[in-house]
Amino acid sequence: MSATAASWPLWEVFVRARRGMAHVHAGSLHAPDADLALRNARDVYTRRQEGVSIWVVPSAALVVSDPARRGALFDPAADKDYRHPTHYTVPDGVEHL
Amino acid sequence: MTTSATSVDAVLGLGDDALVTAQRLGWWISRAPELEEDVALANIGLDQLGQARALLAHAGSLEGAGRSADDLAYLRGPEDFRNVLLVERPQQDFGVAMVRMLLLAAWQLEVYAALAAGADPVLAGVAAKAVKEVDYHLDHASTWVLRLGDGTEESHRRAQAALDAEWPYLAELLRPDSGACVDPATLAPAVLARATAVLDAATLTVPDVPPAGGGGRRGDHTEHLADLLAEMQQVARAHPGASW
Repeated sequence: MSATAASWPLWEVFVRARRGMAHVHAGSLHAPDADLALRNARDVYTRRQEGVSIWVVPSAALVVSDPARRGALFDPAADKDYRHPTHYTVPDGVEHL
Repeated sequence: MTTSATSVDAVLGLGDDALVTAQRLGWWISRAPELEEDVALANIGLDQLGQARALLAHAGSLEGAGRSADDLAYLRGPEDFRNVLLVERPQQDFGVAMVRMLLLAAWQLEVYAALAAGADPVLAGVAAKAVKEVDYHLDHASTWVLRLGDGTEESHRRAQAALDAEWPYLAELLRPDSGACVDPATLAPAVLARATAVLDAATLTVPDVPPAGGGGRRGDHTEHLADLLAEMQQVARAHPGASW
């Protein structure tokens, strides 16, 4: 049985730990369809109790930011303290802010 | 629970089913069709090995002759094994492996579910854990049997050939036996319903053939078991009492 790239595409696997709140990228695998991708992810990425919830996404469905544009996309946020809540002092007597 | 040769043999039967299955599944490591399937089959084999270890240890303590799980696994000859013939036959075709896993897991699921609610607390504990494992084995086998049966012409033909070869050996698993841990006669309807549901959905035809017979539960085995045990036991027998 030879699997071609078209019949066994790549899937990205995200796993949420028992005490976690977010699914974390765990790796990738090949599978012919979504059901098998989920089961392969269970077999490959949760052997050591890594998590209690799995998401699988076809790698082709992921749209990712271009690493070459990292400067333009993310550096401008670096020196803008006023965007953080901690920048402001809360006046006395103001509650539940 | 009275300790009798029958109840030791009954527990050995379940343990040997799992042990021989684990050994057969180990063959797939580095040979599976895909890397992910390689890991899956190895995991399933390890689940079965864990069940075997717990069951053989319990059989040894019921027997009361000081035999550990290792002694029972490595030092018995084929005539003392109590597994069914289904699991000892070679399994080097992926379709055969999946059909066999479907039939075995459908049966193990019913057995363990019954034992988990049974009177023997050790067996109940082993079974409670094993039920979850074989639930997944059944799921894995069903997923593949559906894709192979309801797949291409070639996969359908080969899956049907696998079913034709394996189905006659299901009868031995389901043969009524009041001395067994759970009388298979009480489980047969549920096992058959589960298995045929998957086979029907996979567009496979249950063959109309006579059962293969077989005396695995009495120690009457095919030559395949002797070959399997020779390989499995040779290191332990060559170096008695060794550990690492």
